[in-house]
Amino acid sequence: MLALSSAAAIAMHDVSVRFRVPTRRIPTLKEWAIRRLTSRFQYEDFRGLDGVSLELGIGRSLGIIGANGAGKSTLLRVIAGILAPTSGAVAVRGRVAPIIELGTGFDQELSGRENVFFNGALLGRSRTEMRKRFAGIVAFAELEDFIDAPLRTYSTGMAARLAFSVATTVDADVLLLDEILSVGDGAFVARCKERIASFRRAGVTILFVSHNMNAVRWLCDEAIWLRDGRIAAHGPAKDVTAEYSQWLKTDKSSARRRHG
Amino acid sequence: MRDDCRIGGMVVAEVCRNVAGKRPTPWEDVRDVASYWHLLANLVHRDLTVRYKRSILGFFWTLLNPLLMMVILTVVFSHFFRFAILHYEIYFLSEFLVWMFFAQTTANSMASLAWNGPLMKRVRLPKTIFALAGTVAGMINLLLSCGPLIAIMLVVGAPVRPALLVLPLSFLVIAVFTLGVSLGLSALAVYFDDVAQMYQVGIMGLMYLTPIMYPLDILPDRFRWLVEFNPLTKLFELARYPIYHGQLPPLAVFGVGVALALGALVLGWTVFRRLAGGFYLHL
Repeated sequence: MLALSSAAAIAMHDVSVRFRVPTRRIPTLKEWAIRRLTSRFQYEDFRGLDGVSLELGIGRSLGIIGANGAGKSTLLRVIAGILAPTSGAVAVRGRVAPIIELGTGFDQELSGRENVFFNGALLGRSRTEMRKRFAGIVAFAELEDFIDAPLRTYSTGMAARLAFSVATTVDADVLLLDEILSVGDGAFVARCKERIASFRRAGVTILFVSHNMNAVRWLCDEAIWLRDGRIAAHGPAKDVTAEYSQWLKTDKSSARRRHG
Repeated sequence: MRDDCRIGGMVVAEVCRNVAGKRPTPWEDVRDVASYWHLLANLVHRDLTVRYKRSILGFFWTLLNPLLMMVILTVVFSHFFRFAILHYEIYFLSEFLVWMFFAQTTANSMASLAWNGPLMKRVRLPKTIFALAGTVAGMINLLLSCGPLIAIMLVVGAPVRPALLVLPLSFLVIAVFTLGVSLGLSALAVYFDDVAQMYQVGIMGLMYLTPIMYPLDILPDRFRWLVEFNPLTKLFELARYPIYHGQLPPLAVFGVGVALALGALVLGWTVFRRLAGGFYLHL
């Protein structure tokens, strides 16, 4: 079994995730039955992660960078326990907050207020506990005037503010952020950064997926660069982002050469 | 495998392990759901209130709705449709109420699992919790609708007997059966789009195969086996005995009901556990 040293929040050992998808999705039970009888199933194996090993200390923040489809979100989901690895093992110490990303996890029909309690319940917080935190959550999101309106009337930015505010007020030990600072106005982003900084001081472990190299450099102690599901580089955020930016430039120019 | 811990759950987590090829044991699954009881309470609350969110009478509809429905059905069935049965309308309502519970809960569970797909991609939760919440919410509605039912029994002069007190137990057995069916169907509905549509047709056929609105003995012999083979026929008698006959269900009826309920639960849950690993790709 995978051991987790006392100073580590997350350990991954040789984790691979393979998705086995039918070349064409079988949309109906009827079609499945027909294919089953005629035994015409064609699968394609698709690698999300390929032999990833990683250890992250308590209170460290890790940036995850790489091209689209390199496995960044898959990595977050394996750590959150949403996806089981195909091989390998993951160990995580403490409570993991829901992945904060844009536009999901909220019930559109419920009011902002009800959504706050619902998200609290997702983390095992009772209504009483959430009532104590409620004012702070609403104030941080600056939604005092809209909190009783149904969520479907919120803009993307408002919903993101509420999501961030709830997830960061429930005392999770591990915070997973997927490209969230890309919406919201400057003032809110500044306050998010402030809060993330205070989390780092409080010893919360943070994983931060982003395409914004400045944000990664600013926010993260270390970074990994994922390429086709493998770790292409792991080190101080400053070095890895530089390496990745360099690769982006040369890769683009070599692609241009190939096509030109 | 997880060592005394829930990610995001109530237990103060120490270390959670997510290891390839380890499916949690049924016992771990149960403890998992139990540790999420705040979420369960929240989902039940949501089920009970959202439906009436945008109406003036709000939660009051929960009582008014079955009352109005039952009044209409009582008028229709006692005047146009009658069989030679004493208090036919109560004969009908006694099983129709649990039928509505069964039909609505199974349909809601299928919708609910698909509806909460985005949530399941964002946080780890026990996926069985949606069917469970739907069943609990349906059960609360069912218990509440007993109020209007008794009112109607008094109005039409049907005897109200102390055997009614056994109803919560009868409902519980029926609810366990419903939970099993909901689990199995909702898991299949995630994989295949046509399950929900086929179910709509299937459930209509099933209603006529259950002796809800007719007595079993009006059926010609060549069809009767079909109805007797239907598990709902026996199961729903658990409600008809106390409501209509004013008696406790005989021990044999009770035993068969419990066996059916446990069978459905084991079967549905097994299907669910086998399919749950692949939900991620289909939701």
